[in-house]
Amino acid sequence: MKIDLTVDGMAVTAEVDPGETLLPFLRRLGAASVKNGCDNGDCGACAVLVDGRAVNACLFFAAKAAGSEITTAEALAGADGLHPLQTASLDLGAVQCGFCTPGILMTALDLLAYNPDPTEEEVRHWLAANYCRCTGWVKPVEAVLAAASMLREQEAS
Amino acid sequence: MSDFTTIGFNERKVDGDSLVTGKPVFAGDLDLDHVLHLALLASPHAHAKIVSIDTSRAEALEGVELVLDHRNTPPTRYTTAGQGYPEPSPYDARMFDTTVRFVGDRVAVVAADTLEIAREACGLIDVEWELLPPVLSIDDSIAEGATIVHPEEDASGIFDAARNIAGAVEAVVGNVEAGFADSDIVVETTCETQYAQHVPLEPHIAQSWMDEHGRLVIYTSTQVPFHARRIVSRVLDIPVHRVRVIKPRLGGGFGVKQEILQEDVLGLVTLRTGRPARWEYSRKEEFVSSRTRHPMRVRVKVGATSDGMITALEMDAISNSGGYGTHGLTVLSNAGSKTLPMYNKAEHIKFSGKAVYTTMPVGGAYRGYGATQGCFPLETAIDEVAVRLGVDPLELRRRNHIRTGETSPLFEELGEGRKGVEMTISSCELGKCLDSGAELFGWEAKRSRPKDEGRVRRGIGLSIHMQGSGIPEVDMGAASIKMNDDGSINLHVGATDLGTGSDTILAQMAAEVLGLPLGKVIVLSSDTDLTPFDVGAYASSTTYVSGTAVVRAATDVKQQVLEVAAAMLGSPADGLMLGDERVTSPDGQSVTLAEINLRSLYGADQKQIAATASFVPSESPPPFMASFVEVEVDIVTGKVTLLDYVAAVDCGQAINPAMAEGQVEGALANGIGYALMEEMVFDGSGRVRNADMARYKLPGTLDLAPIKVILVESHDPTGPMGAKSVGEIGINGPIPSIANAIYDAIGIRLTETPFSPEKVWRAMRDAGIE
Repeated sequence: MKIDLTVDGMAVTAEVDPGETLLPFLRRLGAASVKNGCDNGDCGACAVLVDGRAVNACLFFAAKAAGSEITTAEALAGADGLHPLQTASLDLGAVQCGFCTPGILMTALDLLAYNPDPTEEEVRHWLAANYCRCTGWVKPVEAVLAAASMLREQEAS
Repeated sequence: MSDFTTIGFNERKVDGDSLVTGKPVFAGDLDLDHVLHLALLASPHAHAKIVSIDTSRAEALEGVELVLDHRNTPPTRYTTAGQGYPEPSPYDARMFDTTVRFVGDRVAVVAADTLEIAREACGLIDVEWELLPPVLSIDDSIAEGATIVHPEEDASGIFDAARNIAGAVEAVVGNVEAGFADSDIVVETTCETQYAQHVPLEPHIAQSWMDEHGRLVIYTSTQVPFHARRIVSRVLDIPVHRVRVIKPRLGGGFGVKQEILQEDVLGLVTLRTGRPARWEYSRKEEFVSSRTRHPMRVRVKVGATSDGMITALEMDAISNSGGYGTHGLTVLSNAGSKTLPMYNKAEHIKFSGKAVYTTMPVGGAYRGYGATQGCFPLETAIDEVAVRLGVDPLELRRRNHIRTGETSPLFEELGEGRKGVEMTISSCELGKCLDSGAELFGWEAKRSRPKDEGRVRRGIGLSIHMQGSGIPEVDMGAASIKMNDDGSINLHVGATDLGTGSDTILAQMAAEVLGLPLGKVIVLSSDTDLTPFDVGAYASSTTYVSGTAVVRAATDVKQQVLEVAAAMLGSPADGLMLGDERVTSPDGQSVTLAEINLRSLYGADQKQIAATASFVPSESPPPFMASFVEVEVDIVTGKVTLLDYVAAVDCGQAINPAMAEGQVEGALANGIGYALMEEMVFDGSGRVRNADMARYKLPGTLDLAPIKVILVESHDPTGPMGAKSVGEIGINGPIPSIANAIYDAIGIRLTETPFSPEKVWRAMRDAGIE
C-alpha cells in the first residue's frame, strides 16, 4: 500500500511493504541517519520523532505513520547552522564513533521539548533509552545539559 | 607548559559535523545498484563434521545468484586475525571448512537479490552432520583424552594440536621458588573471567564491487584495511594489486573489527558474479558468529617482605581461545607483559600460560587484550598483601610501582607471543596518578570512616594499571602530506579512525608542526589505494606510532616550506620561523604559506611540497592509570551499585584532552559492564542464550556512576609531542578496583566475573553473611 507522510519537512508518498517498520522504510527513502543497531528496540540508534515524540523506528510500523510528521537527525540543523544539541555534542567531545549519535540527539530533542530544564538525573533517565558503547555517557549527558541551557537562553532573548 | 597552538586543545572532531548531521558516512550507508545480499548459514552444532551438503534447493530459489560452501571455495588455511605478517596466530581456519568448531561457525553463504531471499535460501540448504564430541570449557579441553579440536594435517602454527594448545608461552626472571621461600608472606589467588562481546553499535558490515578497471573494491567497517587486503589476496589467490580496501567511518570496533570476517566471502562473490555484494551481520550474528573476549583462568602468586616490598611474582594463565586460535597467543602474553612489569622491584618473576582450543565462540582482539584478564588476580592479590600486612593498599603500590628511568626485565623476556624488547621507562607519573586520584576520590576520608553494618554496605577499592603504545619492532605507521596552493594540506594516513578521533589528533599534530589551523588539514584515512601503509587501529598504537609518522612527515614538509621561503625572502632557511600560516625572517619580513605554495606550484623551481614518512617504534612506553571506586553492596539482594569512580591517567601529553578523557571514560564504562553485568550465557550444547541487547546487558546511563577522569601532567620524550597512547588502558580498572571495593564492603574476595547480584549473593550466603 501507499502512504502519505512528511519526512523532515518534505511531503512524501511511498509504498510500504506489509509488516515493514519505519527503520527500513526511512532508510529506503534515503534517511541514512536512522541507524540499525539491533533491529529489536533495544539500542535506540534508530530513534526518530513521530509527531514530535521519540520512537524506535525499528518497532514502529511504517503504515502507522501515514499522515504523520517524521523528523530525523538530518533535519536538526537549520539554515542558520547546527542545532544546540549538535553544537554542544561537538564542543564537549560527546561524539566518538557517531553511530549512536543521531538516535541520542532525537531522544534528547524529545526530552527538551517536554522538559526544557532537566536535571542530570532526568537526562540520564531519558537517555536510558539509548546505548552508546564509546563514551561512557559522561560527555553526552553534559552535552544535553549544555544544549538545554543554550536553548533556554535563545528562548529568553 | 608549552606554547602549542593546537596540541592540548579540545578541537572539534574533524569528522564531527558529518556525524551529528547524520550524513551517509558508514559502510552500510552506501546504496549500490543490483547489489547481492549475503546471508550466513551458521553452524547449529558446537562440533560436527559435514558429511554432505546439498544446496540444490537453495540454488533453485528465484533470486539466488550463488551459494558458497566448502566445495566451491579455496581450501587455504589462514587466520582471520588482522595482525602483522607473519601472524602470531595459527593458520587453522578455512573460508569454509568440512568441520565446524562452534555454534555460529560458517557453513555456507547465500548471495541473492534480496536479504529475504538469501535468508530463505539458507533454510533450504540440507546438511548431513556427523556430530563430534563438543569441547565446552577449558577443563574439557585440557582433560586427559580430550577430543582434539584441530586434528587436520594442513593447519600450521599450532603449538600442540594433540593437546588442544593453540599457543603457549613462558618467561622466567630470577627464581620464583627461591623468591617465595625468602618472602615474609605469600598470597595466591585464581580468578576467572567470562565470555563477553564487544557490541559495537554498528555490527560488522562490508560491501564489495568491481571497479571500472576490473579491480575488486571492498568497502568495509574494519580496523585493519591493509591486513584485510593482504589476507583477502592470499585466501582468494589474487594479487594484492587487484584489491582495494576502503575504510569509511566505523561505528565502533573495540577489537572485534580487527578480524577478517566478511571481506573474503564478499570478494569471492563479486569475483564470481561480477556483481556488487553487501553483507551485514544482524545483532544476533554479531554475538554468535563474530569474535569475543578470551575467557581466562589466571593464577597469581605474590611474595612480599614484611615491610611491604613485592619480591616475587608468578602468573599462570589458561586462555579459552574457542574454535580457532586467533590472537590466542598474543592476548595470553599480554596478561603478563602488560601487568607484571608495574611491580618491578620483584627480582623473581615467572609467567607461563597456554591458549587452548574449545568448540566455543572464538576469542579475538578486545580492548585491554589480556591485560584486563591478568590484572584481576594480580591487583586483588596485591590488595590482599596490603590487608595482611596492615598497610594502606595505596601506600603499598606507592612503594612498589615502576618509575621513570627504571626498567623491568620482563620487557625483554616477554613480548607478544615471543621475546619482547628491552625498554627503560621514559615517562611514568603513576605516583601523581595515585596522589591526584586519591585526593579527588577522598581516599583517606573514605578509608577512615567506620564500616557500614546495615543492609547496604559501602566499600572502596583501587588498582593500578599499565598498557602499551603499540607493539615495538612490529607495528608500523606511515603518513603522507602534500601542501596545496592555499597553504592547506592533505594528510593521508593508513591509521584507521574507528571512532576514537584519531583523524583529529593526527591532524592536530600535523597542524602544530606546520603552523596551520586545524581547518586547513584535510584528513583521509584509510584507503589502500590512496594512503600509505599502517598496521591499523589496535594495540594502542595510533597516537604513538602513527602520530610519530605524522610528525616526521610534517617536519619534512616544514623543511621544504622553509627552503622555498628562504629563496623568496633572501634569508637562510635555518633562521626562519613558521607560524600562523606564514614564514617570517629575523628581520620581520614574511611570506604566507599560500604565497609559498603558489610559487612552488606555479613559479620558480616548481615542485610539489610533499613528504611521506613512516615509523616503527623500538619501544612501547606504557600509559599508566590509578583507578579508584566506591561501591555499595546490598547484602539482601547481592546487588553492587557504583557510587563513585575516579581514574587518574598518565598518557603523556594529551593531544586533545577531551578526546583522551573520552577514551578513558568509554573504556571504563566497557570495563564496568564486564565487571558487573556483561556475560555471554550458554546452554549445555554451546549455544549462546542471550544473543541480543536486551538479555546481554550493556551498562547504560543509569548503571554508571559519574566517572571522573584526571589526565595528569606528563610528557614522554619518545612520543609525538610528548604523547603516549590511551585507547585501551581504562578498561582494565573496573574489575580489580570493584573486586577490592566489594572486599572492603563485605570482606569477601570474589574471583569470578561478572559480579552479578546472584554471584555476590551466593558468595555471601556461603560466607554466612546475611
